[in-house]
Amino acid sequence: IFQVLLCNVTQRVSFWFVVTDPSKNRTLPAAEVQSAIRMNRNRINNAFFLNDQTLEFLRIPSTLAPPTDPSVPIWIIIFGVIFSITVVATMLLILSGIQEHRRKNKGPSEMEDTEDKRENTVTIENGIPCDPLNMKGGHINDAFVTEDERLTPL
Amino acid sequence: MACAAGPDPASDGVEDERPRWDNKLQYLLSCVGFAVGLGNIWRFPYLCQTHGGGAFLVPYLVALVFEGIPLFHVELAIGQRLRRGSVGVWRAISPYLGGVGLVCFTVSLLVSLYYNTVLAWVLWYLLNSFQHPLPWSTCPLDPNRTGLVPECRDTSTVTYFWYRETLNITADISDSGTVQWRLLLCLAASWAVVYLCIIRGIETTGKAVYFTALFPYLVLSVFLVRALTLPGATEGLLRLFTPDMQALWNPRVWLDAATQIFFSLSLGFGGHIAFASYNPPRNDCERDAVTIALVNSVTSLYAAIVVFSILGFKAAKDHGRCLDGNILLLINAFDLPDQSVSRDDYTAVLAHLNATQPERVAGLHLQACHLEDFLDKSASGSGLAFIVFAEAVLHMPGAQAWAALFFGMLFSLGLTSMFGNMEGVVAPLFDLKAQPAWLPREALTGLVCLACFLLATGFMLQSGNYWLEIFDQYAASLNLIFCAFFEVVGVAYVYGMKRFCDDIARMTGRRPGLYWQVTWKVVSPLLLLTIFVAFLALLASRPPSYRAWNPQHEEFPSHQEKPHPGWVQATCMLLSFLPSLWVPGVALAQLLAQWTEAAARTDRRPKLQGGGVR
Repeated sequence: IFQVLLCNVTQRVSFWFVVTDPSKNRTLPAAEVQSAIRMNRNRINNAFFLNDQTLEFLRIPSTLAPPTDPSVPIWIIIFGVIFSITVVATMLLILSGIQEHRRKNKGPSEMEDTEDKRENTVTIENGIPCDPLNMKGGHINDAFVTEDERLTPL
Repeated sequence: MACAAGPDPASDGVEDERPRWDNKLQYLLSCVGFAVGLGNIWRFPYLCQTHGGGAFLVPYLVALVFEGIPLFHVELAIGQRLRRGSVGVWRAISPYLGGVGLVCFTVSLLVSLYYNTVLAWVLWYLLNSFQHPLPWSTCPLDPNRTGLVPECRDTSTVTYFWYRETLNITADISDSGTVQWRLLLCLAASWAVVYLCIIRGIETTGKAVYFTALFPYLVLSVFLVRALTLPGATEGLLRLFTPDMQALWNPRVWLDAATQIFFSLSLGFGGHIAFASYNPPRNDCERDAVTIALVNSVTSLYAAIVVFSILGFKAAKDHGRCLDGNILLLINAFDLPDQSVSRDDYTAVLAHLNATQPERVAGLHLQACHLEDFLDKSASGSGLAFIVFAEAVLHMPGAQAWAALFFGMLFSLGLTSMFGNMEGVVAPLFDLKAQPAWLPREALTGLVCLACFLLATGFMLQSGNYWLEIFDQYAASLNLIFCAFFEVVGVAYVYGMKRFCDDIARMTGRRPGLYWQVTWKVVSPLLLLTIFVAFLALLASRPPSYRAWNPQHEEFPSHQEKPHPGWVQATCMLLSFLPSLWVPGVALAQLLAQWTEAAARTDRRPKLQGGGVR
């Protein structure tokens, strides 16, 4: 049975340490030790199953892990998607508007051609032109549809 | 005063060129979308909270009945009857009143500039909502990587993200800084979306509003279900809706209710006049006006419930964190076992310790944690959306989805309001026949959007937020009230109440009753005059200062009150009064034209008499 004697009790478990180099028989300077601990802090913590909040090295501030940054920020990707969709849709609308405009410009000129043709042709029924029948004297039978009304206007 | 002849049947040929709505639903959705905007989400709940909770509904309803609905009916009826945009309508009523339409046009233009800037900010937050973890949940590290950036550590991650990473704001308004390219890209995108939706006028707008006007209601409902199930929501709702009738004695409450109704319905912009002018001549505008105004108010209430639930949740979370901090201090100081004091035991334990060892407790400097203090913290405007709500969604499980939904909802709310604003800008341009005949409609709309985008780049500077607040306070308010006053007086007195009632009887089939005639002739003009004077007095009495974000300030987390420099004050005055000068300007120009014409006629007449033959 061993007796456990305590002395210099502090609130926390704490200790001082120095690192020696046996080959050169010297103790390493504090600055070197500090930078080494800073670089390997995570491994030292894990060896004790502790973390930065529970294992403190005096005069060595803990370095925090930076948040991971993807190479292309995500917002640019989504911005690119939205902007390209908008531009494509706008182009489509503009192009369809131009096409409709051109069709409307062609449309009235086509209608004028058919109207000219209508005036020039003389409708012939049973070998007898209809117009002279209307011109001759006598009664016009209103039951018959007149020339103009046969062709329904557009 | 020359009175205009009403449009005769011979002008029906011109009417056929005027675009028409595909169906009544598109018209209703466009008007509802224009009226329901960002103000319903972030201004109405704030007013409710600061002006006595449920008691605020009384002045709000009074203002709706005596000011909102009558003015709205006038706008819809006059647009539907005269079938022109705002400038054309006022020119048709009286050439001397043509300036009123120009005031509406100018105000719509100014508001479009800064409204789309807010949409650009919303779009920036929306684009950033799709990453895990959300970028406003963590602070960046300082160059040594030993700690957090001091500006972020002293305030909070959300405030840092808003003021530094989004706006990159300077400490002073005269220090303009550089243009923020990220926000510039977002501004370009939002103007591109607006242009896409208004490219062919109501042909495209009518299809876009099916989505943009209905999507916010869907999201609000989803948020309602989520928010009501969060812890702390019921406390928030109870606290913020319990009426405090004492608040009704404060005249400021009535003024705020009247202005809120006025701006909430988007009156005086000319957008509603333009929308109504595309209606068929026989359309029940009275029922439309009442319906849309009621839908707007109900939406405000619905949004207030959602906002208060989420504010209650956030207050409960902050309260819990405050308690946890105090509990940790007590446990460390009094060597109590770890986690032995829960939040519910806290008050009992604190009382016991205070009774036994008061000096040690006092030495700990514990923060006072009361839930009411956290609930009373109110925010409105961009602070509510980008700081308070952004922080609240951080604590909800599935934060990315909620953030994306919330900012998507804000974006579509703003987008439908932008349609109305741009209609108030573009329709008068078409009425004035400002464009040459070879320039198609799409090109004119594109030019207007491009011009607005270039002008709005000024808000993308580092001091842009200060300028936006100035525009928000000074550019729209007085001019719109001025415009609306002339609208209702012009229609009731210059156009003639009898002629107007006859028109409405022809359009709707019923003659307007006593309520309408009394409000149009007496109540609304008086109310508007009172509001105008009160608002003017308020603006004059408030010292022209702004709250700057200055990290070097001694009381840093709070804003620094700085007075406006002289040239900024001059700009504020110009913004408030310059647009209204169109009215006297056009009236004078018309008078001059009449005098010169009369003088020319008296010169010519002696020659005719000398001719002899009549």
